[in-house]
Amino acid sequence: MKHRLVFAALLLATAAGAVEPGEQLADPALETRARAISTELRCVQCQNQTIDESNAPLARDLRVIVRERLLAGDSDEEVVAFVQARYGDFVLLKPPFSAETAILWIGPFAVLALAGYWLARRPRSAAAAEPQPLTAEDEAQVDAALGHVRKD
Amino acid sequence: MKRAVFLAPLGLLLLLLLAFAMGLGRDPKELPSALVGQPLPAFALDALEPGSAPLASAALAKDGEPKLINVFASWCTSCRAEHGKLVQLAAEGVPIYGIDWKDEPAAGRAYLAERSNPFRAVGSDPSGRAGVELGVTGTPETFLIDGKGVVRMRHAGPIDEQVWQTKLGPMLEQLRAEARA
Repeated sequence: MKHRLVFAALLLATAAGAVEPGEQLADPALETRARAISTELRCVQCQNQTIDESNAPLARDLRVIVRERLLAGDSDEEVVAFVQARYGDFVLLKPPFSAETAILWIGPFAVLALAGYWLARRPRSAAAAEPQPLTAEDEAQVDAALGHVRKD
Repeated sequence: MKRAVFLAPLGLLLLLLLAFAMGLGRDPKELPSALVGQPLPAFALDALEPGSAPLASAALAKDGEPKLINVFASWCTSCRAEHGKLVQLAAEGVPIYGIDWKDEPAAGRAYLAERSNPFRAVGSDPSGRAGVELGVTGTPETFLIDGKGVVRMRHAGPIDEQVWQTKLGPMLEQLRAEARA
């Protein structure tokens, strides 16, 4: 029973984030915004984590900077722009639409549209077609193949 | 016609495999720098050696000389690997300025005291804030600044003979030619 509870708790657990108490802002509204911004920014040291999740020292620095900018009165967009100006588009986990990223954004829809087009203009499947009655020639072939069965 | 329909997915698969195979050879740490083509961002660092002149971006940008800015740390093993190359370049007259990044100043001083110091000036950046201004993702990292103070190239990772011959050296030559023109 106890094991099951522990297991259930583990299933329910979500990433807690790497934010340490000392980094948090006193203002809960600002802290919520900081957390939201942090989950959009990629840690450049570990690359596949957000700065909110990562324990890397550089991720910590960026979390602190995000909070400093918010305290200085920046809007969410301005905070992201501040980090983007220094580390490039790479830090944005949601890449902006540009010539370089067009295939990323349009690709799946293009494949879907192509598949839809192919399905729509393909001839109907054999199962849906009306069954044709056997011709005399077909009957003769059936008789030849099953002759001994039919005689019985 | 039928044939083409069946061969098309195979062709697409081959294209994808080719794209993935090309991706395998690329270094994911090799990020495009947001800074290339931009003026050197503002920073003013205390000198690593007490009593020396501080390292300020405004002064670095003004003197008209193309230069390297090398970001290092005493805790960084790749920096040890490239140190010999930096010393050699400095001896050949390449101006190199250092930033001791996210490091205890005392540790940074000891690190340079154990080796010869290739830097014209070293700034101490214990908090890593100047590094953030430069978009530093790790040490060692080297920036090539032109005579007008514009960042022209970023190299992440140690500088060895091959990197110097193929990447940084030719660019420095080009910047020197631009500065003379």
